[in-house]
Amino acid sequence: MSTPNNVVKSSARPGRALAILTLILISLGATAFVTGANEVRLGLDLRGGTSVTLQPRASTAGNEVTSAAIDQAVEIIRQRVNSLGVAESEVTAQGSGTNRQIVISVPGENGRRVVDLVGQTAELRFRQVLASGIGVPTAVDTATAATPVAGVSDAVNQAFATLDCTAAASLQGTGTDDPAAAITACSKDGGTKYILAPAEVLGRQISKASAGIDTQAGSAWSVSLTFNNEGTSAFGALTARVTSLPEPTNQVAIVLDGIVQSSPRINEAIPSGTAQITGSFTQVEAQDLANVLKYGALPLAFDRGEVQQVSPTLGAEQLTAGLLAGAIGLILVTIYSFFYYRGLGIVVTGSLAVAAVMIYLLALVLGETIGFTLTLAGIAGIIVAIGITADSFVVYFERIRDEIREGRSLRSAVESGWVKARHTILVADAVSIIAALLLYFFAVGSVRGFAFALGLTTLVDLFVVYIFTKPLMTIMARWKFFNSGHRFSGLSDKSSGVTRTTSSVEA
Amino acid sequence: MSSIKGLGGRLYSGETSVNIVGNAKRWYIVSALFTLLSIGALAVQGLHLGIEFKGGSAYTFPATTATVEQARSAVESTGITGELIIQKIGEDKIRVQTGSLTNAQSDSVEAAIVATFGVNAADIDTQLIGPSWGKEITKKALYGLLAFIIVILLFLAMTFEPKMAFAALIAVLHDVLITVGIYALIGFDVTPATVIGFLTILGYSLYDTVVIFDKVRENTRAITSTSKQTFTQATNLAVNQTIVRSINTTVIALLPVASILFIGGGLLGAGTLKDISLALFIGMLVGSYSSVFIAPAVLAQLREKEPAMIALAKRVQARGTAGVSASATTSSSVQVATATVTDRRGPRNQPKRKGRK
Repeated sequence: MSTPNNVVKSSARPGRALAILTLILISLGATAFVTGANEVRLGLDLRGGTSVTLQPRASTAGNEVTSAAIDQAVEIIRQRVNSLGVAESEVTAQGSGTNRQIVISVPGENGRRVVDLVGQTAELRFRQVLASGIGVPTAVDTATAATPVAGVSDAVNQAFATLDCTAAASLQGTGTDDPAAAITACSKDGGTKYILAPAEVLGRQISKASAGIDTQAGSAWSVSLTFNNEGTSAFGALTARVTSLPEPTNQVAIVLDGIVQSSPRINEAIPSGTAQITGSFTQVEAQDLANVLKYGALPLAFDRGEVQQVSPTLGAEQLTAGLLAGAIGLILVTIYSFFYYRGLGIVVTGSLAVAAVMIYLLALVLGETIGFTLTLAGIAGIIVAIGITADSFVVYFERIRDEIREGRSLRSAVESGWVKARHTILVADAVSIIAALLLYFFAVGSVRGFAFALGLTTLVDLFVVYIFTKPLMTIMARWKFFNSGHRFSGLSDKSSGVTRTTSSVEA
Repeated sequence: MSSIKGLGGRLYSGETSVNIVGNAKRWYIVSALFTLLSIGALAVQGLHLGIEFKGGSAYTFPATTATVEQARSAVESTGITGELIIQKIGEDKIRVQTGSLTNAQSDSVEAAIVATFGVNAADIDTQLIGPSWGKEITKKALYGLLAFIIVILLFLAMTFEPKMAFAALIAVLHDVLITVGIYALIGFDVTPATVIGFLTILGYSLYDTVVIFDKVRENTRAITSTSKQTFTQATNLAVNQTIVRSINTTVIALLPVASILFIGGGLLGAGTLKDISLALFIGMLVGSYSSVFIAPAVLAQLREKEPAMIALAKRVQARGTAGVSASATTSSSVQVATATVTDRRGPRNQPKRKGRK
C-alpha cells in the first residue's frame, strides 16, 4: 500500500509502524523465496487424493489405547505408506493424548492401495534365520548362488541373491510378509540380508519388554522380554531347536513389517519364557528395540473411520469455487465499505489487501516449515475471517465518529478513538482466537484446517489493525480531504451525525 | 444512506432512542417462541444427519447422460441392501449414497458404476464412513463445545464481569439452539462441515456481544455515582450507540458468507462450502439478533437486582420527574425524545483525558 512519502516523513510514529510492516512483509517474502516455497500447499480436497482416518481401539480387553502406542502405530503406518513411494504422503495423529485419530493422506490416484495396506494390522514375528549375507546383490553365477539354501524354493533363493538392501525401497517395509512362508528380508540398517523361515513366535505372544542395564555383563544395555504362556512354549521350542545349529541358522530374527529389527544368536534353549537380548546396544538402540517388541504387534486395532477419495477434477473445481467465493466476498465487502464509509473505504480495502498479502506469504512459509496445507474448509475459514477483519475497522471508524460527535477534531479523534477501539478489538479477537484454538485441539480433519485458518487470519487481523490501519488513519487525518470533512470522506459532519443545528437548538 | 448516517449520530447522542433493553419482555417472548419451536422440531423431526454421522458410503461420478434410475438399478444389481439414496448433482454428476458397506461390497458398487457408465475408477469421488465414526466426532464436538463454554466464561468473567459472561453465554446457547432447530425444521443435512459452522457461530455471536458489552461497561463504569440514568437505561444507550456498528458488522460478515453459500451451493451443488456457509448464514443472523436484543437485556435484568442498582433506580425515579426514562414512554418504534436528558452534553464537552481505559 503506497502512502505518499512526504506525509510519512512529517511524523516518525506512523511512518515507523509502516516501515516495520514493510520490513516484515519483505522478510516473509524473502523467507518464502529462500525456502523455495513458491506455491501454497493444497490439501487433498483441492488437488485430488485419498485420505483415511483411523480410530484406534484396544485390540483385546487387556490392553489400552496409550499415547505411546498411538505414536508407535503412526511410525509403523508411515513406513507402510512410504513403501508405496508416493511423494508428499502424510501420516499424522490428530487430536490430543490418547484421544487421537490417525489420518493418512495420499495425493494422486493411489488411494486404493493405501486403504488396503493400512487396513492390515502390523505384526511382529520371530523367524529362524536360514541364511544371511551382506546387503548387496550377489553377482549371478557365483559361489553363493551355487549353494542355494535347502528347503527353500528357488524363487526365494533367487530373490535373496538379487536383493539390494542399500536401495531405499527395500527398507520401507511391506506389511505383507506371509507368516506361513519363508521370506527374504533386510536388516533395519540395510547392512545385512536374510532368508527367514516361517514365523514361529508372534509379537502378541510377548507380554512385556523393557530396556535395562545388564549388571552381569558390566554396564551394557540389554533388552529383556517376557512371553505369555503360548509364547513361552513356542519360544522354548524354537530356541531348543536352533541353539545347537551352525551359524547363521542359530539366530532368530525379530521381523516387523518385513524388516529385521534384530537377529540375536540363541545361546541356549529358553523354556522359562523370559529372555534377554544382549549385545553392543546403545541406550537408544535398546529402548527402540524394546519399543518394537512391545508395540510392534500394534496393541491397537483400528476402525476405519472415514475414507475420502477426491478426484483431481473435483479438487480443481473445489479450488476454483473456493477462490471465486473469496474474491466475490472481498469485492462485496469493498463495495459496501466504499458505499457506507466513502473515502474510508480506501483504508478498509488497503487493510484487507495487506492482510491478504500477509496471509498468502504466511501460508507459503508455514507450508514449507510446519507443513500447513490449505483445505477447502481452510478457505472457508479465511473467507469468514474477512468479516471479522473488516469488523475491526468498523469498530474503529465508529469510535472515531463517536469522538467527533463529542466535539473533537479528526486528528485527535483518530487517536482517542483508537484507545477505545483497541480494547474492544483486543477482547473480541481474543474470543475468536480462543474459539479457533479449542476447535483445533478438539477436532479432527477438516475442522482443524478451518480452525487453523481462522486463528491465523484473526492474528493477522490484529497485527494489521495495529501496524497498518491505525498508522494509516493517523496519516490520513492530516490530509485536507479528510480533516476538512469532505462529503466523500466518510467523516463529514453529516456522516458522523454531528447535526450542529439541532444540537445548538437543543442546548 | 445519508439518512441512516444521520440516524447514527442521533442514536449516539440519545436524541433518537430505540428502547430495546426496556422492552426485554417482548424479545424474550419472541426468543422463547423460537426456542420452543426449535425444541419441538428437534423432538419431532430430529436432525437430518449426513453419512458422516450415521455411517455409510457415498460415490459421486460424472455422468452427463445417465439417469437416476439407471444408477439405481446398477447399484442394486450388486445385491447390497439397506438405504439407497441417488441424486443428480448439478448437470453432469450423480451421487449414490448407501448404508455402511464392507470393503468388498464397496468395491463391487464401484465396479458396477465403472461397468455401467464407463467412467474411470479414479474419477469416482468416494467417501466411506465407518459406523462408529459418527459417535467419535460427535463426542469430539461436544468436548469442544464444553471446553469452549468453560474457557469463554472464565475469560469474559475476568475481562468484563461474571454477569456479563453469563448473559453472553445465554445469548450464545440461544443462537446455537435456534440454528440447530431451524436445521431440524427445514431438514437440512447435518455434516461435520455444518458442525464447524455451528461451532463458529459460538465464536461469532460472542464476538458481537463482546463489542456491545464493551460499550455497556464504558457507559456504566461510574453509574452509581450519579443519578442520571438507571443501569437499564445506560445499557440501552450503549446498545443504541453500537447499533450502527452491529448492522454494519452483520452486513459485512454476511456478505462473504453469502458469497460462499451462493458459489458453494450453486456451483458445486453440495459439499463443505455449502454446509459451512449455510450454518453460518443462519447462525450469524440469529447471533446478531441475540447480541442486540437478548444479551444486553439479560445483563440489565441481572444487574438491576443488585442493591446498588435498585437504589440507583429509586434515585433516578425520584429525580426524573420529566420522563427521563425512555421505557416510560409507550411507543415501541423509533422515537425522538427531544426533551429528554437535557444536561447530557455538559460533562461531555470537557475534553477527555487520552489513554483513559
